[in-house]
Amino acid sequence: MRSFSRRKLITTGLATTAGVSGLAAAAKIAERHGLIPPDCGGIYGPGETLTYASQRLLTRHSLAREFQRNQISRAPFANGKPPVDPTFKRFEAGGFADWRLAVDGLVARPGSFSLADLRSYPASRQITQLTCEEGWGFIAEWIGVPLHHVLKLAGILPHANYVVYFSAPDRWSDSVDMADALHPQTLLTYGMNGGDLPVPHGGPLRLRVPRQLGYKSLKWVNRLTVTDSLDKFWEGGSYSWYAGI
Amino acid sequence: MSDSAWVPIVTPAVPASASTPRHSAVVRVTHWITALCFLALLVSGVELIISHPRFYWGEEGNVNTSSLFDLPIPASRAAVKTGYAYVLPDQNGWSRYLHFQTAWIAVFTGLLYAGYGMVTRHVRKNLLPDRADLSWPALWREILDHLRFKRPGEEEAWSYNVLQRLTYLVVIFVLFPLMIWTGLAMSPSFTSAFPATVNVLGGHQSARTVHFFVTISLVLFVLVHIAMICLAGFRSRMRAMITGRAGAHQEHL
Repeated sequence: MRSFSRRKLITTGLATTAGVSGLAAAAKIAERHGLIPPDCGGIYGPGETLTYASQRLLTRHSLAREFQRNQISRAPFANGKPPVDPTFKRFEAGGFADWRLAVDGLVARPGSFSLADLRSYPASRQITQLTCEEGWGFIAEWIGVPLHHVLKLAGILPHANYVVYFSAPDRWSDSVDMADALHPQTLLTYGMNGGDLPVPHGGPLRLRVPRQLGYKSLKWVNRLTVTDSLDKFWEGGSYSWYAGI
Repeated sequence: MSDSAWVPIVTPAVPASASTPRHSAVVRVTHWITALCFLALLVSGVELIISHPRFYWGEEGNVNTSSLFDLPIPASRAAVKTGYAYVLPDQNGWSRYLHFQTAWIAVFTGLLYAGYGMVTRHVRKNLLPDRADLSWPALWREILDHLRFKRPGEEEAWSYNVLQRLTYLVVIFVLFPLMIWTGLAMSPSFTSAFPATVNVLGGHQSARTVHFFVTISLVLFVLVHIAMICLAGFRSRMRAMITGRAGAHQEHL
């Protein structure tokens, strides 16, 4: 084949080398700046990485849209069923006076907080939309203490990369990166629309992550673990880890 | 449908050398990648709609609020009352992964096509209609020819007619951008950085409803597109979009 000249071979070789090393360098830089999601492998890894990296770059200082008081939904929908777990029922019968939020992992001062402790910290209020990945949503006023306030009290160690949060009766957990964990709107929510957070909406304590879809806003939260790696906490799932879209 | 009876034997109206393809390699490759992307986005998009086949206008909407309209299909969530006695399995995990990965491929393909189309003047030469063709009598004649299912003349083996040009322009430069825009307007993270993208649409649910209607428009386009290809000669048009060779060029090879 005439077209397969030496010059062409050398140019192609150089271009391929440049491309591969360019990609490798890009991956290194992305890794250092926290632009690689934990589900970056597999066939959907490239799309997931592009979405996560681009949204992390675009939303560095952005706040989820907040609404007017008259836009609060008169018909908020509580998805799923309230827990039937007997331990949870006992907490509920006692007005959640004994409910505690444990904080452990990469923190200087592991410990736990009662709801009264959380309520004694400066409260934050936001009127944001809970957007479900299924397509529906509702607007509510959420009242609570910013997650970063509690994390700072516990003292985050420098190599922390993620905060894992657990839901007791659900035996469910999820996690966010430090960008969302320290975000001013990420809220340990104990109140809704002026009252206590109703149990069907995640009461007594729900972690609201308003820049991500509803499935990241875990209900009935009773434990936080700060970690540098999700290897032990997230084995991948059918749903994408990052839910900014 | 066989097209052999009317493949023109004459020299094409547009002079071109035997080596000039009907469609350039970039147009052919981006066409087929877009076609595959559309299929993947449609399948995954339908799966996502099945989890909540209700549509609303404005900012919010859920099963406790009244809807703009409901699709008469079963749902994959028990919370949605559809009138069907069964609930379909949840397919949203892979559907969401596939939808967004494909969206990225489609966007890159679209950028490549648009960049190529501007640089090589493909858009100006082949898609922008001639001023003369845009007069009402000329447009009306073209519409009547279409309605009478008049088969295209040989010049159309080498160039798009005015209705084709207008349709492709609307699909490429109106519907595709609208699709990307309304898709991004549903992302709580994207709208935190660019709130105007959802606010000018009237809210999150409006973006979702517009996204749905743009899908319907694109599905109708694809159906008409395939029907017209069958009418114009399925084999010659497919050959032109796959190999680049137009039917009229057979004799020159």
